[in-house]
Amino acid sequence: MRVVLKRVHKSFKQKGQQVQALHDINFSVEEGEFICVIGPSGCGKSTLISLIAGLEFPDSGQVFVDDKIVEGPSKDRLVVFQEAALFPWLTVLANVEFGLKIAGVNQTQRRDCALEAIKMVHLSRFVNSHPHELSGGMKQRAALARAIVMDPKILLMDEPFAALDAQTRQMLQEELQELWQKTKKTILFVTHNVREATFLSDRVFEITARPGTIKKEYLISIPRPRREQDPHLLAVQTTIMGSLKDEIEKVAKQELDIDYEISKTGVVTPVDRNLGSNI
Amino acid sequence: MEINFNSPFFKILRQIVFYLFLAALWQILFNLKFWPRYLFPSPGQVFETLIYGFRDKTFLIAIGISLKRLLIGYGISMVFGTTLGLLIGKIKFLDETVGGFLVGLQTLPSICWLPLAILWFGLNESAITFVVVMGSLFSITMATDSGVKNIQPIYLRAGLTMGATGMRLFTHVVLPAALPQVLIGLKQGWSFAWRSLMAGEILFVSMGLGHLLNVGRELNDMSQVIAVMIVMVMMGVFMELLVFGTAERRVRQIWGLERQ
Repeated sequence: MRVVLKRVHKSFKQKGQQVQALHDINFSVEEGEFICVIGPSGCGKSTLISLIAGLEFPDSGQVFVDDKIVEGPSKDRLVVFQEAALFPWLTVLANVEFGLKIAGVNQTQRRDCALEAIKMVHLSRFVNSHPHELSGGMKQRAALARAIVMDPKILLMDEPFAALDAQTRQMLQEELQELWQKTKKTILFVTHNVREATFLSDRVFEITARPGTIKKEYLISIPRPRREQDPHLLAVQTTIMGSLKDEIEKVAKQELDIDYEISKTGVVTPVDRNLGSNI
Repeated sequence: MEINFNSPFFKILRQIVFYLFLAALWQILFNLKFWPRYLFPSPGQVFETLIYGFRDKTFLIAIGISLKRLLIGYGISMVFGTTLGLLIGKIKFLDETVGGFLVGLQTLPSICWLPLAILWFGLNESAITFVVVMGSLFSITMATDSGVKNIQPIYLRAGLTMGATGMRLFTHVVLPAALPQVLIGLKQGWSFAWRSLMAGEILFVSMGLGHLLNVGRELNDMSQVIAVMIVMVMMGVFMELLVFGTAERRVRQIWGLERQ
Protein backbone atom coordinates (compact mmCIF):
# COMPACT_ATOMS: atom_id res chain seq x y z
CA MET A 1 0.00 0.00 0.00
CA ARG A 2 1.44 3.34 -1.05
CA VAL A 3 1.36 6.36 1.18
CA VAL A 4 1.77 9.78 -0.39
CA LEU A 5 1.81 13.13 1.37
CA LYS A 6 1.45 16.22 -0.81
CA ARG A 7 2.16 19.73 0.52
CA VAL A 8 0.77 18.87 3.94
CA HIS A 9 0.45 21.69 6.47
CA LYS A 10 -0.84 21.20 9.96
CA SER A 11 -1.10 23.55 12.91
CA PHE A 12 -2.93 23.40 16.20
CA LYS A 13 -3.81 25.64 19.09
CA GLN A 14 -1.69 25.51 22.19
CA LYS A 15 -2.35 27.86 25.12
CA GLY A 16 -4.31 30.15 22.81
CA GLN A 17 -1.51 30.38 20.27
CA GLN A 18 -1.50 28.91 16.82
CA VAL A 19 1.48 26.56 16.60
CA GLN A 20 2.60 25.25 13.26
CA ALA A 21 3.47 21.59 13.67
CA LEU A 22 4.11 20.54 10.07
CA HIS A 23 5.06 22.73 7.15
CA ASP A 24 4.94 21.59 3.54
CA ILE A 25 5.57 17.90 4.01
CA ASN A 26 6.02 15.89 0.82
CA PHE A 27 6.99 12.26 0.62
CA SER A 28 5.89 8.89 -0.57
CA VAL A 29 6.29 5.46 0.90
CA GLU A 30 6.30 2.42 -1.36
CA GLU A 31 4.61 -0.84 -0.54
CA GLY A 32 6.64 -3.03 1.79
CA GLU A 33 9.06 -0.27 2.73
CA PHE A 34 10.32 0.31 6.23
CA ILE A 35 10.51 4.06 6.79
CA CYS A 36 11.78 5.83 9.87
CA VAL A 37 10.93 9.43 10.66
CA ILE A 38 13.41 11.09 12.95
CA GLY A 39 13.54 14.54 14.50
CA PRO A 40 13.86 16.46 17.74
CA SER A 41 11.06 16.21 20.28
CA GLY A 42 8.02 18.30 19.49
CA CYS A 43 8.74 18.52 15.77
CA GLY A 44 5.40 17.05 14.75
CA LYS A 45 6.45 13.44 14.21
CA SER A 46 3.45 12.10 16.08
CA THR A 47 1.16 14.48 14.20
CA LEU A 48 2.41 12.86 11.02
CA ILE A 49 1.29 9.47 12.34
CA SER A 50 -2.12 10.85 13.31
CA LEU A 51 -2.58 12.30 9.83
CA ILE A 52 -1.84 9.02 8.08
CA ALA A 53 -3.92 7.09 10.61
CA GLY A 54 -6.86 9.38 9.85
CA LEU A 55 -7.19 10.53 13.46
CA GLU A 56 -6.42 14.09 12.40
CA PHE A 57 -6.63 15.96 9.12
CA PRO A 58 -4.23 18.37 7.40
CA ASP A 59 -5.04 22.09 7.24
CA SER A 60 -4.00 22.03 3.61
CA GLY A 61 -2.48 19.46 1.28
CA GLN A 62 -3.48 15.82 0.96
CA VAL A 63 -2.66 12.48 2.48
CA PHE A 64 -3.17 9.62 0.04
CA VAL A 65 -3.19 5.93 0.83
CA ASP A 66 -3.36 3.82 -2.32
CA ASP A 67 -4.34 6.93 -4.31
CA LYS A 68 -7.33 7.60 -2.07
CA ILE A 69 -7.51 10.60 0.23
CA VAL A 70 -7.54 9.56 3.90
CA GLU A 71 -10.95 10.34 5.32
CA GLY A 72 -10.75 8.63 8.69
CA PRO A 73 -9.26 5.72 10.61
CA SER A 74 -9.16 2.33 8.93
CA LYS A 75 -8.18 -1.16 9.92
CA ASP A 76 -5.64 -1.09 7.08
CA ARG A 77 -3.58 1.48 8.99
CA LEU A 78 -3.01 0.50 12.59
CA VAL A 79 -1.10 2.49 15.16
CA VAL A 80 1.23 1.19 17.87
CA PHE A 81 1.41 3.99 20.42
CA GLN A 82 4.30 4.88 22.67
CA GLU A 83 2.28 4.14 25.81
CA ALA A 84 1.06 0.81 24.35
CA ALA A 85 -2.53 2.01 24.98
CA LEU A 86 -3.72 -1.47 25.88
CA PHE A 87 -7.13 -1.45 27.50
CA PRO A 88 -6.53 -1.99 31.23
CA TRP A 89 -9.91 -3.69 31.73
CA LEU A 90 -9.15 -6.50 29.27
CA THR A 91 -6.73 -9.42 29.45
CA VAL A 92 -3.92 -9.67 26.93
CA LEU A 93 -5.98 -12.13 24.90
CA ALA A 94 -9.07 -9.92 24.92
CA ASN A 95 -6.95 -6.91 24.00
CA VAL A 96 -5.52 -8.72 21.00
CA GLU A 97 -8.98 -10.01 20.05
CA PHE A 98 -10.50 -6.53 20.31
CA GLY A 99 -10.21 -5.45 16.68
CA LEU A 100 -11.47 -8.80 15.38
CA LYS A 101 -14.40 -8.70 17.79
CA ILE A 102 -15.35 -5.24 16.55
CA ALA A 103 -15.08 -6.54 12.99
CA GLY A 104 -17.54 -9.30 13.87
CA VAL A 105 -15.24 -12.31 13.56
CA ASN A 106 -16.68 -15.31 15.39
CA GLN A 107 -15.25 -16.34 18.72
CA THR A 108 -13.29 -19.48 17.88
CA GLN A 109 -11.75 -17.93 14.82
CA ARG A 110 -10.69 -14.75 16.56
CA ARG A 111 -9.29 -16.72 19.48
CA ASP A 112 -7.11 -18.75 17.12
CA CYS A 113 -5.87 -15.64 15.31
CA ALA A 114 -5.17 -13.84 18.58
CA LEU A 115 -3.27 -16.76 20.07
CA GLU A 116 -1.18 -17.02 16.94
CA ALA A 117 -0.32 -13.31 17.05
CA ILE A 118 0.50 -13.54 20.73
CA LYS A 119 2.79 -16.46 20.00
CA MET A 120 4.54 -14.40 17.35
CA VAL A 121 5.52 -11.82 19.95
CA HIS A 122 6.42 -14.54 22.50
CA LEU A 123 3.78 -13.63 25.04
CA SER A 124 1.92 -16.96 25.24
CA ARG A 125 2.51 -17.31 28.96
CA PHE A 126 0.70 -14.05 29.64
CA VAL A 127 -2.46 -14.64 27.63
CA ASN A 128 -4.71 -14.24 30.65
CA SER A 129 -2.79 -11.45 32.38
CA HIS A 130 -4.06 -7.91 32.60
CA PRO A 131 -1.85 -5.13 31.18
CA HIS A 132 -0.75 -3.90 34.61
CA GLU A 133 0.88 -7.25 35.24
CA LEU A 134 3.18 -6.83 32.23
CA SER A 135 6.51 -5.04 32.03
CA GLY A 136 6.99 -2.15 29.61
CA GLY A 137 8.49 -4.41 26.96
CA MET A 138 5.74 -6.99 27.29
CA LYS A 139 3.11 -4.27 26.94
CA GLN A 140 4.64 -3.21 23.64
CA ARG A 141 4.72 -6.83 22.52
CA ALA A 142 1.02 -7.11 23.30
CA ALA A 143 0.34 -3.84 21.48
CA LEU A 144 2.24 -5.14 18.48
CA ALA A 145 0.25 -8.38 18.55
CA ARG A 146 -2.97 -6.38 18.77
CA ALA A 147 -1.97 -4.56 15.60
CA ILE A 148 -0.64 -7.45 13.52
CA VAL A 149 -3.58 -9.72 14.30
CA MET A 150 -5.68 -7.36 12.17
CA ASP A 151 -3.31 -7.96 9.28
CA PRO A 152 -3.07 -4.24 8.43
CA LYS A 153 -1.41 -3.13 5.24
CA ILE A 154 0.46 -0.37 7.03
CA LEU A 155 1.83 -0.36 10.54
CA LEU A 156 2.24 3.10 12.04
CA MET A 157 4.55 3.05 15.02
CA ASP A 158 4.75 6.13 17.20
CA GLU A 159 7.96 5.88 19.23
CA PRO A 160 6.90 2.44 20.44
CA PHE A 161 10.18 1.59 22.14
CA ALA A 162 11.03 5.02 23.53
CA ALA A 163 10.11 4.24 27.12
CA LEU A 164 11.97 0.92 27.27
CA ASP A 165 15.38 0.11 28.72
CA ALA A 166 18.27 -0.40 26.31
CA GLN A 167 18.33 -4.22 26.39
CA THR A 168 14.59 -4.66 25.90
CA ARG A 169 14.62 -2.08 23.15
CA GLN A 170 17.43 -3.87 21.31
CA MET A 171 15.60 -7.17 21.58
CA LEU A 172 12.34 -5.75 20.27
CA GLN A 173 14.11 -3.98 17.43
CA GLU A 174 15.60 -7.25 16.28
CA GLU A 175 12.25 -8.99 16.53
CA LEU A 176 10.54 -6.21 14.62
CA GLN A 177 13.15 -6.50 11.89
CA GLU A 178 12.45 -10.22 11.69
CA LEU A 179 8.70 -9.67 11.71
CA TRP A 180 8.96 -7.14 8.91
CA GLN A 181 11.10 -9.48 6.82
CA LYS A 182 8.54 -12.24 7.34
CA THR A 183 5.38 -10.23 6.69
CA LYS A 184 6.70 -7.51 4.35
CA LYS A 185 4.32 -4.95 5.75
CA THR A 186 4.74 -1.27 5.05
CA ILE A 187 5.99 0.26 8.28
CA LEU A 188 6.26 3.92 9.19
CA PHE A 189 8.22 4.18 12.38
CA VAL A 190 8.65 7.43 14.30
CA THR A 191 11.56 7.76 16.68
CA HIS A 192 14.06 10.24 18.05
CA ASN A 193 16.74 7.59 18.31
CA VAL A 194 19.22 7.69 15.41
CA ARG A 195 20.57 4.21 16.10
CA GLU A 196 17.10 2.73 16.12
CA ALA A 197 16.19 4.49 12.88
CA THR A 198 19.25 3.38 10.96
CA PHE A 199 19.11 -0.15 12.31
CA LEU A 200 15.53 -0.71 11.22
CA SER A 201 14.72 1.22 8.10
CA ASP A 202 15.22 1.40 4.35
CA ARG A 203 14.98 5.16 4.37
CA VAL A 204 15.18 7.75 7.11
CA PHE A 205 13.35 11.09 6.88
CA GLU A 206 14.88 13.76 9.04
CA ILE A 207 12.42 16.38 10.24
CA THR A 208 13.46 19.85 11.37
CA ALA A 209 12.48 21.55 14.61
CA ARG A 210 9.07 23.21 14.66
CA PRO A 211 7.61 23.94 12.19
CA GLY A 212 8.51 20.44 10.99
CA THR A 213 9.66 20.11 7.42
CA ILE A 214 11.62 17.30 5.85
CA LYS A 215 15.25 18.35 6.00
CA LYS A 216 16.92 15.35 4.43
CA GLU A 217 16.32 11.83 3.33
CA TYR A 218 18.89 9.09 3.93
CA LEU A 219 18.94 5.85 2.00
CA ILE A 220 20.18 2.95 4.09
CA SER A 221 21.05 0.14 1.76
CA ILE A 222 22.72 -2.17 4.22
CA PRO A 223 21.54 -5.76 3.79
CA ARG A 224 19.51 -7.47 6.50
CA PRO A 225 19.68 -8.97 9.03
CA ARG A 226 21.70 -6.03 10.29
CA ARG A 227 24.03 -6.01 13.22
CA GLU A 228 24.04 -3.21 15.74
CA GLN A 229 27.85 -2.79 15.41
CA ASP A 230 27.99 -2.77 11.60
CA PRO A 231 30.61 -0.10 10.66
CA HIS A 232 28.50 1.09 7.71
CA LEU A 233 25.63 1.64 10.08
CA LEU A 234 27.83 3.63 12.43
CA ALA A 235 29.00 5.83 9.55
CA VAL A 236 25.43 6.72 8.57
CA GLN A 237 24.58 7.34 12.19
CA THR A 238 27.39 9.88 12.54
CA THR A 239 26.17 11.78 9.50
CA ILE A 240 22.58 11.92 10.72
CA MET A 241 23.65 12.75 14.25
CA GLY A 242 25.61 15.77 13.00
CA SER A 243 22.68 17.08 11.02
CA LEU A 244 20.22 16.43 13.82
CA LYS A 245 22.30 18.31 16.39
CA ASP A 246 21.44 21.67 14.82
CA GLU A 247 17.75 20.84 15.14
CA ILE A 248 18.05 19.69 18.71
CA GLU A 249 19.85 22.93 19.51
CA LYS A 250 17.01 24.93 17.99
CA VAL A 251 14.52 23.09 20.19
CA ALA A 252 16.69 23.65 23.26
CA LYS A 253 16.76 27.35 22.50
CA GLN A 254 13.00 27.40 22.12
CA GLU A 255 12.35 25.47 25.29
CA LEU A 256 15.22 26.47 27.55
CA ASP A 257 16.99 29.82 27.76
CA ILE A 258 17.85 31.45 24.48
CA ASP A 259 21.59 31.52 25.28
CA TYR A 260 22.00 27.74 25.47
CA GLU A 261 24.21 26.14 22.87
CA ILE A 262 25.34 22.62 22.27
CA SER A 263 29.08 22.09 22.58
CA LYS A 264 30.96 19.97 20.07
CA THR A 265 30.69 16.94 22.31
CA GLY A 266 26.95 17.17 22.19
CA VAL A 267 26.53 18.27 25.81
CA VAL A 268 24.24 21.20 26.48
CA THR A 269 26.18 23.94 28.26
CA PRO A 270 25.30 27.55 29.03
CA VAL A 271 27.58 30.21 27.49
CA ASP A 272 27.96 31.95 30.80
CA ARG A 273 29.43 28.87 32.40
CA ASN A 274 32.63 30.60 33.55
CA LEU A 275 30.73 33.52 34.90
CA GLY A 276 32.98 35.67 37.07
CA SER A 277 36.16 33.68 36.55
CA ASN A 278 37.92 36.61 34.86
CA ILE A 279 37.29 39.18 37.55
CA MET B 1 6.29 -20.48 67.00
CA GLU B 2 6.19 -16.89 65.80
CA ILE B 3 2.86 -15.13 66.09
CA ASN B 4 1.76 -13.11 63.06
CA PHE B 5 -0.17 -10.15 64.40
CA ASN B 6 -1.11 -9.11 60.87
CA SER B 7 -3.09 -12.27 60.17
CA PRO B 8 -6.86 -11.98 59.55
CA PHE B 9 -7.55 -13.64 62.88
CA PHE B 10 -5.78 -10.88 64.81
CA LYS B 11 -7.38 -8.21 62.64
CA ILE B 12 -10.84 -9.46 63.60
CA LEU B 13 -9.76 -9.85 67.22
CA ARG B 14 -8.59 -6.23 67.29
CA GLN B 15 -11.92 -5.10 65.87
CA ILE B 16 -13.90 -7.15 68.42
CA VAL B 17 -11.82 -5.74 71.26
CA PHE B 18 -12.44 -2.22 69.96
CA TYR B 19 -16.22 -2.66 69.95
CA LEU B 20 -16.16 -4.30 73.40
CA PHE B 21 -14.18 -1.29 74.58
CA LEU B 22 -16.83 1.08 73.16
CA ALA B 23 -19.60 -0.92 74.88
CA ALA B 24 -17.68 -0.87 78.17
CA LEU B 25 -17.23 2.89 77.91
CA TRP B 26 -20.95 3.24 77.29
CA GLN B 27 -21.75 1.05 80.32
CA ILE B 28 -19.43 3.14 82.52
CA LEU B 29 -21.10 6.37 81.39
CA PHE B 30 -24.48 4.81 82.13
CA ASN B 31 -23.36 3.77 85.64
CA LEU B 32 -22.11 7.29 86.38
CA LYS B 33 -25.76 8.47 85.99
CA PHE B 34 -25.03 11.82 84.35
CA TRP B 35 -28.34 11.62 82.49
CA PRO B 36 -31.69 10.11 83.44
CA ARG B 37 -32.18 6.47 82.42
CA TYR B 38 -34.93 7.22 79.92
CA LEU B 39 -32.57 9.54 78.01
CA PHE B 40 -29.46 7.41 78.21
CA PRO B 41 -30.18 3.68 78.21
CA SER B 42 -27.56 1.05 78.97
CA PRO B 43 -26.08 -1.14 76.22
CA GLY B 44 -27.95 -4.08 77.73
CA GLN B 45 -31.32 -2.30 77.36
CA VAL B 46 -30.64 -1.43 73.73
CA PHE B 47 -29.51 -4.99 73.02
CA GLU B 48 -32.73 -6.27 74.58
CA THR B 49 -34.79 -3.94 72.38
CA LEU B 50 -32.89 -5.17 69.35
CA ILE B 51 -33.57 -8.82 70.21
CA TYR B 52 -37.20 -8.08 70.96
CA GLY B 53 -37.64 -6.04 67.77
CA PHE B 54 -36.26 -8.83 65.61
CA ARG B 55 -38.20 -11.51 67.48
CA ASP B 56 -41.63 -9.89 67.04
CA LYS B 57 -40.59 -9.07 63.45
CA THR B 58 -41.30 -5.27 63.64
CA PHE B 59 -37.66 -4.55 62.72
CA LEU B 60 -37.64 -7.14 59.94
CA ILE B 61 -40.84 -5.76 58.43
CA ALA B 62 -39.50 -2.20 58.66
CA ILE B 63 -36.23 -3.22 57.05
CA GLY B 64 -38.11 -5.00 54.29
CA ILE B 65 -40.32 -2.03 53.55
CA SER B 66 -37.42 0.45 53.60
CA LEU B 67 -35.27 -1.77 51.41
CA LYS B 68 -38.06 -2.18 48.90
CA ARG B 69 -38.54 1.57 48.61
CA LEU B 70 -34.82 2.05 48.38
CA LEU B 71 -34.32 -0.55 45.67
CA ILE B 72 -37.14 0.83 43.52
CA GLY B 73 -35.94 4.43 43.79
CA TYR B 74 -32.28 3.58 43.49
CA GLY B 75 -32.92 1.24 40.58
CA ILE B 76 -34.64 4.04 38.66
CA SER B 77 -31.78 6.42 39.50
CA MET B 78 -29.21 3.90 38.43
CA VAL B 79 -30.72 3.34 35.00
CA PHE B 80 -31.52 6.98 34.25
CA GLY B 81 -28.48 8.43 36.03
CA THR B 82 -25.90 6.39 34.12
CA THR B 83 -27.71 6.88 30.81
CA LEU B 84 -28.02 10.62 31.32
CA GLY B 85 -24.42 10.87 32.52
CA LEU B 86 -23.12 9.03 29.46
CA LEU B 87 -25.14 11.25 27.16
CA ILE B 88 -24.01 14.45 28.86
CA GLY B 89 -20.42 13.26 28.80
CA LYS B 90 -20.55 12.58 25.06
CA ILE B 91 -22.87 15.21 23.63
CA LYS B 92 -21.61 18.74 23.98
CA PHE B 93 -24.99 20.38 23.54
CA LEU B 94 -26.46 18.39 26.44
CA ASP B 95 -23.42 19.17 28.56
CA GLU B 96 -23.88 22.91 28.08
CA THR B 97 -27.59 22.87 28.79
CA VAL B 98 -28.67 19.93 30.94
CA GLY B 99 -25.24 19.54 32.57
CA GLY B 100 -25.23 23.01 34.09
CA PHE B 101 -28.85 22.66 35.15
CA LEU B 102 -28.10 19.41 36.99
CA VAL B 103 -25.20 20.97 38.89
CA GLY B 104 -27.71 23.49 40.20
CA LEU B 105 -30.27 20.83 41.10
CA GLN B 106 -27.64 18.75 42.87
CA THR B 107 -27.10 21.49 45.43
CA LEU B 108 -30.73 21.14 46.48
CA PRO B 109 -31.04 18.81 49.51
CA SER B 110 -33.23 15.92 48.40
CA ILE B 111 -35.74 16.28 51.21
CA CYS B 112 -36.71 19.66 49.75
CA TRP B 113 -38.44 17.66 47.01
CA LEU B 114 -40.84 16.13 49.53
CA PRO B 115 -43.41 18.97 49.71
CA LEU B 116 -43.56 18.98 45.92
CA ALA B 117 -43.82 15.20 45.79
CA ILE B 118 -46.67 15.13 48.31
CA LEU B 119 -48.63 17.71 46.37
CA TRP B 120 -48.06 15.84 43.13
CA PHE B 121 -48.50 12.27 44.27
CA GLY B 122 -50.16 12.48 47.69
CA LEU B 123 -48.89 10.76 50.83
CA ASN B 124 -47.95 7.45 49.28
CA GLU B 125 -45.23 5.25 47.90
CA SER B 126 -44.87 7.26 44.69
CA ALA B 127 -43.97 10.36 46.68
CA ILE B 128 -41.21 8.60 48.59
CA THR B 129 -39.88 6.93 45.44
CA PHE B 130 -39.75 10.34 43.81
CA VAL B 131 -37.73 11.77 46.70
CA VAL B 132 -35.31 8.84 46.66
CA VAL B 133 -34.83 9.20 42.90
CA MET B 134 -34.25 12.94 43.19
CA GLY B 135 -31.78 12.33 46.00
CA SER B 136 -29.57 9.89 44.14
CA LEU B 137 -30.10 10.58 40.43
CA PHE B 138 -27.90 13.65 40.10
CA SER B 139 -24.84 12.34 41.89
CA ILE B 140 -24.90 9.22 39.71
CA THR B 141 -25.32 11.39 36.61
CA MET B 142 -22.50 13.75 37.53
CA ALA B 143 -20.07 10.94 38.39
CA THR B 144 -20.83 9.09 35.15
CA ASP B 145 -20.43 12.32 33.20
CA SER B 146 -17.03 13.03 34.73
CA GLY B 147 -16.07 9.39 34.22
CA VAL B 148 -16.71 9.75 30.50
CA LYS B 149 -14.86 13.06 30.32
CA ASN B 150 -11.83 11.72 32.15
CA ILE B 151 -11.21 8.78 29.84
CA GLN B 152 -7.66 8.92 28.55
CA PRO B 153 -7.88 10.06 24.90
CA ILE B 154 -5.37 7.41 23.87
CA TYR B 155 -7.94 4.65 24.57
CA LEU B 156 -10.40 6.34 22.24
CA ARG B 157 -7.73 6.77 19.58
CA ALA B 158 -6.70 3.14 19.90
CA GLY B 159 -10.33 2.05 19.66
CA LEU B 160 -10.93 4.24 16.61
CA THR B 161 -7.95 2.89 14.68
CA MET B 162 -9.13 -0.67 15.34
CA GLY B 163 -12.46 0.07 13.75
CA ALA B 164 -14.60 0.84 16.78
CA THR B 165 -16.77 3.79 15.79
CA GLY B 166 -20.06 5.23 17.00
CA MET B 167 -22.06 2.89 19.20
CA ARG B 168 -19.37 0.22 19.23
CA LEU B 169 -16.76 2.67 20.48
CA PHE B 170 -19.27 3.60 23.13
CA THR B 171 -20.01 0.11 24.40
CA HIS B 172 -16.54 -1.38 23.98
CA VAL B 173 -14.31 1.51 25.01
CA VAL B 174 -16.16 4.45 26.59
CA LEU B 175 -18.30 2.39 28.94
CA PRO B 176 -15.62 0.08 30.37
CA ALA B 177 -13.09 2.90 30.57
CA ALA B 178 -15.52 5.01 32.60
CA LEU B 179 -16.57 2.14 34.86
CA PRO B 180 -14.35 2.93 37.87
CA GLN B 181 -15.80 6.45 38.08
CA VAL B 182 -19.33 5.24 37.44
CA LEU B 183 -18.96 2.83 40.34
CA ILE B 184 -17.96 5.68 42.65
CA GLY B 185 -21.07 7.54 41.51
CA LEU B 186 -23.27 4.49 42.15
CA LYS B 187 -21.88 4.13 45.64
CA GLN B 188 -22.42 7.78 46.42
CA GLY B 189 -25.87 7.56 44.87
CA TRP B 190 -26.72 4.67 47.17
CA SER B 191 -25.85 6.64 50.29
CA PHE B 192 -27.79 9.66 49.02
CA ALA B 193 -30.78 7.45 48.27
CA TRP B 194 -30.60 5.99 51.76
CA ARG B 195 -30.47 9.44 53.39
CA SER B 196 -33.35 10.74 51.32
CA LEU B 197 -35.44 7.72 52.22
CA MET B 198 -34.82 8.06 55.93
CA ALA B 199 -35.61 11.78 55.86
CA GLY B 200 -38.81 11.08 53.98
CA GLU B 201 -39.87 8.26 56.27
CA ILE B 202 -39.23 10.27 59.42
CA LEU B 203 -41.21 13.24 58.15
CA PHE B 204 -44.26 11.77 56.50
CA VAL B 205 -44.39 8.23 55.30
CA SER B 206 -45.66 5.40 57.45
CA MET B 207 -43.77 2.20 58.15
CA GLY B 208 -40.16 1.61 57.33
CA LEU B 209 -37.12 2.17 59.53
CA GLY B 210 -37.38 5.96 59.58
CA HIS B 211 -40.94 5.67 60.79
CA LEU B 212 -39.87 3.23 63.51
CA LEU B 213 -37.27 5.75 64.63
CA ASN B 214 -39.89 8.44 64.86
CA VAL B 215 -42.25 6.14 66.80
CA GLY B 216 -39.42 5.66 69.31
CA ARG B 217 -39.26 9.42 69.77
CA GLU B 218 -43.01 9.74 70.18
CA LEU B 219 -43.05 7.01 72.85
CA ASN B 220 -40.00 8.54 74.57
CA ASP B 221 -38.37 5.12 74.04
CA MET B 222 -34.70 6.00 73.76
CA SER B 223 -33.54 2.41 73.55
CA GLN B 224 -35.73 1.89 70.45
CA VAL B 225 -34.32 5.06 68.88
CA ILE B 226 -30.75 3.85 69.41
CA ALA B 227 -31.59 0.28 68.37
CA VAL B 228 -33.03 1.49 65.05
CA MET B 229 -29.98 3.69 64.50
CA ILE B 230 -27.73 0.68 65.06
CA VAL B 231 -29.77 -1.33 62.55
CA MET B 232 -29.31 1.46 59.99
CA VAL B 233 -25.56 1.56 60.52
CA MET B 234 -25.34 -2.22 60.19
CA MET B 235 -27.26 -2.16 56.92
CA GLY B 236 -24.94 0.51 55.56
CA VAL B 237 -21.90 -1.48 56.56
CA PHE B 238 -23.24 -4.71 55.04
CA MET B 239 -24.06 -2.96 51.78
CA GLU B 240 -20.58 -1.47 51.63
CA LEU B 241 -18.89 -4.79 52.39
CA LEU B 242 -21.02 -7.01 50.20
CA VAL B 243 -21.78 -4.94 47.14
CA PHE B 244 -19.76 -1.78 46.62
CA GLY B 245 -16.60 -2.80 48.44
CA THR B 246 -16.41 -6.03 46.47
CA ALA B 247 -17.14 -4.40 43.13
CA GLU B 248 -14.67 -1.60 43.68
CA ARG B 249 -11.95 -3.97 44.81
CA ARG B 250 -12.51 -6.15 41.75
CA VAL B 251 -12.19 -3.17 39.40
CA ARG B 252 -9.07 -1.91 41.20
CA GLN B 253 -7.49 -5.34 40.88
CA ILE B 254 -8.24 -5.60 37.18
CA TRP B 255 -6.87 -2.13 36.49
CA GLY B 256 -3.84 -2.87 38.63
CA LEU B 257 -4.51 -0.21 41.24
CA GLU B 258 -4.54 -2.75 44.06
CA ARG B 259 -2.53 -5.93 44.53
CA GLN B 260 -4.52 -9.14 44.73
